[in-house]
Amino acid sequence: MSMSSLHNTAVRYDLQIIASWISPDSKVIGLGCGEGELLYYLKHQKQVKETGVELIESRVAECINKGLTVIQGDINAEIQDYADDAFDYVVLSQTLQQVYDPLRLVGEMLRIGRKVIVSFPNFGHWFVRLQLLLTGHAPITPQLPYQWYETPNIRVLSIKDFRKFAKEVGFSILKEATINTDREDKTGNYVAFMPNLRATYGIYLISRSNTK
Amino acid sequence: MSEYITHEPSGRSVGRVDKKYFTFAEPPNEMMLDSGRRLGPITIAYETLGALNAKKNNVILVLHALTGDSHVAGHYSENDAKPGWWDNMVGPGKGIDTDKYFVICSNVLGGCMGSTGPASINPETGKPYGLDFPLVTIGDMVRAQKALLDHLGIQRILSMTGGSMGGMQVLQWCVQYPEMVQSAIPLATTLRHSALAIAFNEVARQAIIADPNWNNGNYYDGPQPNLGLSVARMIGHITYLSDEAMRRKFGRRLQDREDFSFNFDGDFQVESYLRYQGAKFVERFDANSFLYVTKAADYFDLTQQGSQASAVDAFSRALARFLVISFTSDWLYPTYQSRDMVKAMKKNGLNVSFCEVEAEWGHDAFLLPNERLSHLISGFIDSVYEQLT
Repeated sequence: MSMSSLHNTAVRYDLQIIASWISPDSKVIGLGCGEGELLYYLKHQKQVKETGVELIESRVAECINKGLTVIQGDINAEIQDYADDAFDYVVLSQTLQQVYDPLRLVGEMLRIGRKVIVSFPNFGHWFVRLQLLLTGHAPITPQLPYQWYETPNIRVLSIKDFRKFAKEVGFSILKEATINTDREDKTGNYVAFMPNLRATYGIYLISRSNTK
Repeated sequence: MSEYITHEPSGRSVGRVDKKYFTFAEPPNEMMLDSGRRLGPITIAYETLGALNAKKNNVILVLHALTGDSHVAGHYSENDAKPGWWDNMVGPGKGIDTDKYFVICSNVLGGCMGSTGPASINPETGKPYGLDFPLVTIGDMVRAQKALLDHLGIQRILSMTGGSMGGMQVLQWCVQYPEMVQSAIPLATTLRHSALAIAFNEVARQAIIADPNWNNGNYYDGPQPNLGLSVARMIGHITYLSDEAMRRKFGRRLQDREDFSFNFDGDFQVESYLRYQGAKFVERFDANSFLYVTKAADYFDLTQQGSQASAVDAFSRALARFLVISFTSDWLYPTYQSRDMVKAMKKNGLNVSFCEVEAEWGHDAFLLPNERLSHLISGFIDSVYEQLT
């Protein structure tokens, strides 16, 4: 719990990519920020002004104990209190697949932030496809490790789905990182060739279409 | 708030503390009150713990609740039966660390533990004020605390905290003297007293007023309105607990008997507990003071203090960094009331954290030893202090 224990620890691979897209001294809100790993890194390495929203009390307490600014609450409700363009970046890391109304939430994120970063496990990965094809069971993978009856992942989507979603809703994809890594991995690699089949995660930097 | 602290399990203590007094607003320079009346001279009883550093930037102000006092932690003497009311939170290495920070706690204006209140001598008559004492507000209490800090030469407060009515003073400070408050931790409190909270206070006040010994507040040279005051305290204690806390603490268990008495002696443990708390309270608290401070809490409504009469407008003046904390089982100042203040702070772009602490003991949870609460407070204050240095 000490402040220094985190300084030298490498951040999870997907979070490293997200962090690399965020400019120093910006205002960042992390929705579903967990124990604040990314926000702590950004606060101390990039001097951002951080805010987090997290539902679970123990995680919120951990964040506040680290000195982070975090509000305990439901992201769908908390996001409504912020003014338009209140943040430079809005981050929703590995949570989109757990949201009841992604369309509304993404709309709200684009409202309160100039730029939005979204990441999710890719349901189009070959291992997922193969499992369903060969075993006939709902897939269980290192990225989606739950039985169908206990999974929090209620909105399974693929990289292709997200690109289509951008076109249909009308927001711009500024950056895309399709990567191969696990949920807790500190390492990973970019997947340029056939990402919808080969990447385990997609990470996107998006914005409203008129602000390129 | 209750009196839970009998000993501190950690054994760590800030040690001996002394109650000090500061008197100001001597006539003709009396303090102007929110009611428009003037009051002076005013004495404020206070205690300090830890050491003020050279930069004077390690000050923590603790604001007590309804029936608290300046004795926040430590002992007055070695023979003291019990330490200050927040000894589990304030001391060396505790949530509010007296090895690092300089802690100040004063008794509220209108109180009866050393600060000027209705039991004090009215200099015009040479007798206790009684009901001649002017009604004071949370804003007046804060104004008196500001005078004390001016006297101590303190211009910036690193952090301030308090629960319940103490939390109201915290919020009031943040809008009344915003430039002085760097961070604030309102605990188990509200932007404005709800009808429910006012209702309980009114029943408690009526219990005192109905006691014939109360005698319109003129009882200082005769029998005290102890019956009324103890009933008032019993009502308070019900609101400080919770259904679950009472079920676990007492259930329907009988006190010192196997079967019902079939009279009104008091059969149940919960009855015995309330009677004991009431009886103990009258030894230390003044009935008129109880009337005045409950009224001050009832009048509190931060949302009415701005020109727009809204919570958002009230916090437009605030500059502090906030940590708002509520408790799951607190039905006197429920979590939604804390969320209302968080929302108003967010809408002003203020730096605010919020945590709803899981606790089964009702409103009194903020006074009880709670590791999560201690860690939240220490982590928050440390991070504010580190930003300065």
